Parts: sequence; structure tokens; C-alpha cells
Amino acid sequence: MRQRSLIAITAALAAGALTLTACGSRDDDGGSDSGNGGGGTTVVIGVDAPLTGDLSALGLGIKNSADLAAKTANKDKHVEGITFKVEALDDQGQPSVGQQNASQFVANDKVLGVVGPLNSSVGESMQQVFESGNMALVSPANTGPSLTQGPDWRTEKKRPFKTYFRTATTDAIQGPFAAQYVFNDFKKTKAFVIDDKKTYGAGLAGTFTDEFKKLGGKIVGTEHINPDTKDFSAVATKVKNSGADVVYYGGEYPQAGPLSKQIKGTGAKIPLVGGDGIYSADFIKLAGASGTGDLATSVGAPVEELPSAKEFVANYKTEGYKEPFEAYGGYSYDSAWAIIEAVKAVVEKNDGKLPDDARAQVVEAMQNVSFDGVTGKVSFDEFGDATNKQLTVYAVENGDWKAVKSGTYTG
Amino acid sequence: MNELPQQLVNGLLLGSMYGLIAIGYTMVYGIVQLINFAHGEIFMTGAFGALTVYIYILPDGTSMLIALPLMILGAVIVSVTVAIGAERFAYRPLRGGPRLAPLITAIGLSLALQQAVWAWYPDAKSARTFPQIEGGPFHIGSITLQTGSIFLLIAAPVSMAFLGYFVMKTRTGRGMQATAQDPDTAKLMGVNTDRIIVIAFALGAVFAAIGGVAYGLEYGHVDFKMGFILGLKAFTAAVLGGIGNIYGAMIGGVVLGVAETLATAYIGDIPGLGQFGSQSWADVWAFILLILVLLFRPQGLLGERVADRA
Repeated sequence: MRQRSLIAITAALAAGALTLTACGSRDDDGGSDSGNGGGGTTVVIGVDAPLTGDLSALGLGIKNSADLAAKTANKDKHVEGITFKVEALDDQGQPSVGQQNASQFVANDKVLGVVGPLNSSVGESMQQVFESGNMALVSPANTGPSLTQGPDWRTEKKRPFKTYFRTATTDAIQGPFAAQYVFNDFKKTKAFVIDDKKTYGAGLAGTFTDEFKKLGGKIVGTEHINPDTKDFSAVATKVKNSGADVVYYGGEYPQAGPLSKQIKGTGAKIPLVGGDGIYSADFIKLAGASGTGDLATSVGAPVEELPSAKEFVANYKTEGYKEPFEAYGGYSYDSAWAIIEAVKAVVEKNDGKLPDDARAQVVEAMQNVSFDGVTGKVSFDEFGDATNKQLTVYAVENGDWKAVKSGTYTG
Repeated sequence: MNELPQQLVNGLLLGSMYGLIAIGYTMVYGIVQLINFAHGEIFMTGAFGALTVYIYILPDGTSMLIALPLMILGAVIVSVTVAIGAERFAYRPLRGGPRLAPLITAIGLSLALQQAVWAWYPDAKSARTFPQIEGGPFHIGSITLQTGSIFLLIAAPVSMAFLGYFVMKTRTGRGMQATAQDPDTAKLMGVNTDRIIVIAFALGAVFAAIGGVAYGLEYGHVDFKMGFILGLKAFTAAVLGGIGNIYGAMIGGVVLGVAETLATAYIGDIPGLGQFGSQSWADVWAFILLILVLLFRPQGLLGERVADRA
């Protein structure tokens, strides 16, 4: 019997280990010195993003861009008497870790607002904590519609949390925008839809499917993949035999890259299309040479082309950050700047000092911020969504993303 | 088009990878009754060893024809070093202690190795691209094969044949069998059991290293977490095949790989049960299979009914 019980203990330990890795390394010293200059009171802007693991390329871009916003505000003495400081926590793309981070931010009196997170599922887990703490959370990257418009957003929009804002557009716009491009411009009519079952991926796949069918396209197959594995050969074979001429993937680049590679590996020349979650240099690395021609939609106009963004790109370079700003750099800068603008409004209203209920007032002020940011005009509608609804289609060309079409989605 | 042959090949490939790692679990278990949970990480460090040889030692643009044997060598050296080090410093001091102690050490070691690669290997915080063999894909009837997959298809049976020969025909191999049956008696008969245990760890690591190279060639990239899930699956394969049985590990791996692939390909097609299908459920079916085997054949597919020992 000893042996059987050993197997049982082992299985239990294995399950425990699975949970353990989910909260493996924690990067507590994430805070970085944003320089002095404002003097007086220090206000901390929190950043929550995956700083390690698969999605760290995007996460580090978010952290650096928020840091740049704080540095710029300090240098220009944008808010008299206030020095901004960025403190970053690593959520590893895990909702449970994100929630712990949220509590940590709320417990820290110096934090007046937080930029992040990257994943919609993580955002979902953090919202209630911020609502209870009456503190503003501004996501540069969450695109799940339910985060701002409630779970029944398809039929009745209702804002669930007044403390949650975002500078990114939603999948309610991104999915259909991709469908229109794929059907009208890319001339593909038979789509195979794959998602990773997460809030972001499944949402995107759903809105794409609806619009694609409405336009007259055919969905020849659907699949859900398990984000923990890298073997998608069975799915790739199904895609090949389905007669699809395009694959839409709702999910992120760590799976999208290998998926694209393995689909092409079957000998099928079917391009993969995804959302902003695959718009990363790492997607191209993982998809390999055969990824040429794959498409991604991303929120906003290409950051490098907007005049308001040139300065951001130049400053980012000057600061010498090790990692590129990636897909959400501009949005993260604007998210941090929205917090800075809100703090400024609150401080000015209170004769140059932070009031006692600064957090609550920052949330109120957030609702009314309006400025020309890196990604265009930044302001929030009654749901906390960005009023700027621009999107861009990018294609992989010569090992790089190249913008092919920019526009606004009109229903 | 009939996709069954292709799906079977997909399953065979995935299963061979499980099998190569499962051998390490099974061999160590067979000899010291320890489930080396850090074995998945030995596989992972092997892959990084191969990557290191290609990127940092060989000159740029070396042909894979020359590079591949050297990469395998690099992978083997790294994996074996890690495995022997783990045995010497993490497991040997605990031998004779409660059974649970080395198991917990193994999990700790597994996390430590992951974090070490994460922290110290250049740019290993996200996936690193692995060099690919030029050419392909090849078409055999309705089956399409990547060049990288061919490596795995050849490496797995060749490794097995070698291992079979080693265990059955060599002096050391017979020493391993003796130690597995009864370490104390084996010791009395003049078998150096400490040496045998080290060899079992090292041999398991060699296969894990080959598996690591195969993984890199198959999927085109390696990352610090790759050993964890694959290690658990390989452990499952070892139990499925009958833990302690070398051929059982390979067969368990292949059965598991084929089951997962076929579940992904076909279970979604049950009318009205669409939500049970697709790849996100592959693991569920794999573990249901494991439970069924353990219920009706607790010793695993090829395992013998071992009298309780120790």
C-alpha cells in the first residue's frame, strides 16, 4: 500500500506545485527613481503589469512608459509642489496575483492612482479592490467590454465600477474592426476561429465571429486552446483540413506565435489574424519566418506616426530604457498622464496642497480630464472608456510590424 | 481529406517527447523510489545548454549538420551535470530519511532551477528562439512532417534501443536491475549502489537532454517554464506505463500523446457536447485516461505487480 499512497501524495504535491508557480517570483523593488524636481509632497503612481514570464515584453513596456510620464511631469514641474514616483508590481499575468497587488496599492497611502494591468482577466480581479479603496485604476491595455459596460454590455450597458478607466478601446470595437478588414479588404471569407478561453481572447473571438457572419463570411471551425501547452499540432491539422482561408485567434502572442508557426508547418498557407495581444515583436520571433503576412489589429493610430507621439518616442530613447515600449507604451504614458492631470486638478482646487480625501477627488477629476496625449485626444466617456476609438491593422513584413490601415470603427 | 494519419503522427510526436522525459522519472523511481520532480527542469536546462552551444560557442551561421551533434553534446553535458549535482547535494543527504522529504526537496529544486535560468540566462525572461534545421516540410501520402519532427521520430526509438541494450546487456545495466530489485542484497553482492544511483540519474538526464533539443527543434523556441507542465505530463506517462518500467515509460508517453491529440481532434465533434471538445480539454481527457488505467490496472500498462517494499 505504501506505493499507492506515495503516488497519491505525489499527485497532491503536483497540484500544489501548479499553484505555487503561479505566485513564484515577486519583484518587490519594482519601484524606480523618477528623479526629483517637483519637491514637496511625493505622489506615487502604481504600475501593475506582468514584469516576468511570457508577457513580460508588453509589461516592461508599460512600466517604462509610465515611468517616463512621471519623469516628464517632475522635470516640467507640471504639478507645483508635487513629485511623482512610479512603483511597479509584477502580476505575472495572473488574476490572483493582480488582486494581491491591488490590495498592496490600496494599503499604501502615497499611491493616488494605478496604471495597469495588461490582461483583462487581471483587471477584472482588481476592480472591486480599487472600488473599495476609492482609487483610480487606469488600464492602458484591457479591452474586455464588460470591464466598463457590465456583463450584459451587448444588450444593456451599465458601468460596474466608477473607479475604473481605460485609454485602450474595447474588443466590442476591435473584433468587428478586424472582421471588416478581413472580409472587405483582405478578401477572406472562410475563417477558423480559435481562442484561449480567457476574458480577453474569448471576447475578441466572439465579437469577431458576430461581425464576420453579419458581413456574409463563413466560420468553418472553432477551437479553444490551452495556454499552458505549446503543442498545437492537432489544432493546426484541423485548421488545414477545414478549408479555411484565414485564422482568427483571440489571445496573446506566447500562444499565437507557435500557433501560427505550427499552422504553416502543416503546409497550409493560411494567415493568422489577431488582436492587440499579438501585436508584439515577440510574436514575430515566435512565429518565425513563416509568420510573414500575419495580421494584428491594435488600438489607436501607429504611435510612431502621430505628431503628438514623436516627442514620446524621442524621450523614451533618451531615457535609455532597456526594453522597447511595445504595443501599449503610448497608452501607458497617457494613462499615467491622466492620473497626473487629475492630481493637478485636485491640487489646484485645494490651494496647492493635497486634500485629505485625495483619492476620491482624483477619481472624480479623472472623469473630466482632457488633454492631447501620445495616442491622440485623451478623455473618458460615462463608462470610463476612452473617447478615442481609433484602430490600426498591422501586417508582419520583413520581420517587423507594418501599419497597413488605420481607421475608426463605425458599427 | 482523411486527417486521422496526420493526427496519429502528431500524437506520436508529442508522445515521444513525453516518453523521452518519462524515462528519467521511471528509472530514478525504479531504483531509489524517488519521484524526481525536478526532472522537467533537467530537460529545460538541457535545451538551454544546446541553445548556449549554438549562440555563444559556435561561430554565427554554422550549418545545423555540424551544429546539431555539438548542441546535443552541450545539452547532455548540462543536463547530466545538473542531474548529478541534484542527486549529490539535494537527494543523497536525505536518502534513508522520510519518503516525503526528497519529494519536497525535488519541488523546491524545480522552482530554484526555473528561477535560476530566468534570472541569469541572458534574455530568458520570455521565450528564446531556437535554431531550426533547414528544409522541409516533407510529405508522405497525406502526412506532412517538419524537419525538426524527423529528429524526434528518429531520436526516440534509437534512444530506447540503446537504453534497452544498456540495461539488459552491460555489467552496469545488470547492476541497475539488481539494485532495483533489492538494494541491500545487491550491495552485499558487490554492487556499488551509490554509483548505480548516480548512473540512473545521469542516464535519465541524457534522455531529457535529447528531449530538450527535440522540443527546441519542434517548436522553435525554449523558455524557462517549459519543463514544468511537460514534466508533469511525463510523470503521468510514467505512471500510465507502469512506473519503474523503462519500456512502459515510452509506451505510456505515446498513449498519452495520442490520446490528447485524438481528443483534441475528435471529441469536439460529439453533437450537442461541443463544449467538451477542443484542445483546452485535452488535459482533462488525459487525466481521465490515467484514472481509468489506475482503477483497472493500478500497476500501469506494463508495470508488474510489485510486492510492497521499503
